[in-house]
Amino acid sequence: MATLEIRDLHVTVEADNATKEILKGVDLTVKQGETHAIMGPNGSGKSTLAYSIAGHPKYTITQGTVTLDGEDVLAMEVDERARAGMFLAMQYPVEVPGVSVSNFLRTSATAIRGEAPKLRTWVKEVKESMAALQMDPAFAERNVNEGFSGGEKKRHEILQMELLKPKIAILDETDSGLDVDALRVVSEGVNRIRETGEVGTLLITHYTRILRYIKPDFVHVFANGRIAESGGAELADKLENEGYEAYVKGGASA
Amino acid sequence: MAEAQNIPVGSTTAGQIAVAAESTVATRMSAPPSFDVADFPVPHGREEEWRFTPLERLRGLHDGTAVATGDGVRIDIEAPEGVVVETVGRDDARLGKAGTPVDRVAAQAYSAFEKAGVVTVPKETVLTEPIRIAVHGEGGVAYGHQVIELGAFAEAVVVIDHTGDAVLAANVDYVLGDGAKLTVVSVQDWDDKAVHVGQHNALIGRDATFKSFVVTFGGDLVRLHPRVSYAGTGGEAELFGLYFTDAGQHQEHRLLVDHNVPHCKSNAVYKGALQGEQAHAVWIGDVLIEAKAEGTDTYEMNRNLVLTDGARVDSVPNLEIETGEIVGAGHASATGRFDDEQLFYLMARGIPADEARRLVVRGFFAELVQQIAVADIEERLLVKIDEELEASV
Repeated sequence: MATLEIRDLHVTVEADNATKEILKGVDLTVKQGETHAIMGPNGSGKSTLAYSIAGHPKYTITQGTVTLDGEDVLAMEVDERARAGMFLAMQYPVEVPGVSVSNFLRTSATAIRGEAPKLRTWVKEVKESMAALQMDPAFAERNVNEGFSGGEKKRHEILQMELLKPKIAILDETDSGLDVDALRVVSEGVNRIRETGEVGTLLITHYTRILRYIKPDFVHVFANGRIAESGGAELADKLENEGYEAYVKGGASA
Repeated sequence: MAEAQNIPVGSTTAGQIAVAAESTVATRMSAPPSFDVADFPVPHGREEEWRFTPLERLRGLHDGTAVATGDGVRIDIEAPEGVVVETVGRDDARLGKAGTPVDRVAAQAYSAFEKAGVVTVPKETVLTEPIRIAVHGEGGVAYGHQVIELGAFAEAVVVIDHTGDAVLAANVDYVLGDGAKLTVVSVQDWDDKAVHVGQHNALIGRDATFKSFVVTFGGDLVRLHPRVSYAGTGGEAELFGLYFTDAGQHQEHRLLVDHNVPHCKSNAVYKGALQGEQAHAVWIGDVLIEAKAEGTDTYEMNRNLVLTDGARVDSVPNLEIETGEIVGAGHASATGRFDDEQLFYLMARGIPADEARRLVVRGFFAELVQQIAVADIEERLLVKIDEELEASV
């Protein structure tokens, strides 16, 4: 069973000619089949955690390790991490003009699977996933994320997650900016993938709302660059009622 | 990508459209058009039409020091049955009908060539196979002139393919009879040291359609002037261009569409990718709508994709309108980068960096490549794009 282990992770970022430490010693283990929710106030470093694990060049790892089944994730290039089974659903997916969704998906699936998917089964696979996410088939011919609404971008991210079948998926604020209907569709998509038991999910969110649709096994409160408290699903209820105030006081920059 | 200019007529008030009292497109030039090189002073580099061009790299084409050598270019023409292929002397009446040289090098080419080529597609002849003109540089200096004339209602596709190494100044005339349809693909696939300067004049007959693809990959310096004017109403011009400018290359495309006749259309789309130190692309898009050209419909667009640091683009669309009685007129220019965020997004989906770059550039050019509709040329362009990208990684 695939396991992602994050140990004592420290990350800095360059801003305004100064080096700022954002992550200050994160410890977390996510196993295939589990769902972890990471919750925290703005500026607590949740997204930094997601992008650092995916390998965004903006972030510098100064200390600690990230391994996937013992393999050093931090030593891998961004594309190697994806091929090793990591997936990041982004909060702000990037527009790629001139590249159609269908071409992008197929190129990506070919890279991840190590061979081009058989055309006939592939087309069927894509169609079914799109239908389940209530996406118009015409969507496949549009350019990646170009002119997509917020909801379309998030559906497109989950579509990729379903097709690429990662071992560990990090969903960075997938719920932000979605209305209730879109949230439900996207959550159902994530649940469908979770039900296979093949994916460990790290769900990063600011709000408890999405946890009504996606039930986590573990909830972690993120504050001031590290995990401040961990618990079961009931921790989310506490946050719902009491907010983040108890964690932000004394130290957090937000 | 930010839109530099975008003026769709009809959705704006009249006050936002610049209406010129007289053509500045013409007055910007340092001398009026002429077939005689002596009518043009030797450029010093500060003239409007020369300010982007590194004169020292013209190898003497601009100052009379480049003398034609015997080993300039070899020209092979492959034409389907029904096409008349001739080599003619300077006094042939069919030369120079589509347009007059507008700068010193074009006039030098016209003053210096000894023999010209004339390819004629007789009226109502519809070709199913392309006419292929291979211009292969053999290392020397050459001046040339080529005429391609279509009779009324004739239809043809012409591929002009430039390869090898040469210092070449050559003009091309496209003369389209009434109702004729001509598609031209001019490929500049030169070796690294080649210099190629030329003026391509199209004269479009009544209800005729001219479609042109100018594809520039190679050469040390390529500077082309695709120009269009109309001989009758109802003419249509589609001017498409692709260029891939590498380190050290200078590739310059200077378009002019002269709407000198009412009820004609023009649409220009040029796209370029650049990479490497001192890669320099220049795009000038002049569109002139003369006072008598009522009912004109025109649009021009230039897009550039900058793949690395150190490259430079000069993109200058000019739209000059002397009548408000038109269907539409607009222009747009945008230069964007293939940025780190796009690269990260594609790589985060398992796609290696070099393949991500290829995907984006192929995608950028795809809409133009697909319209060429000459299969072997399309295929060659895609291979060429891949080669250019591989050379950079």
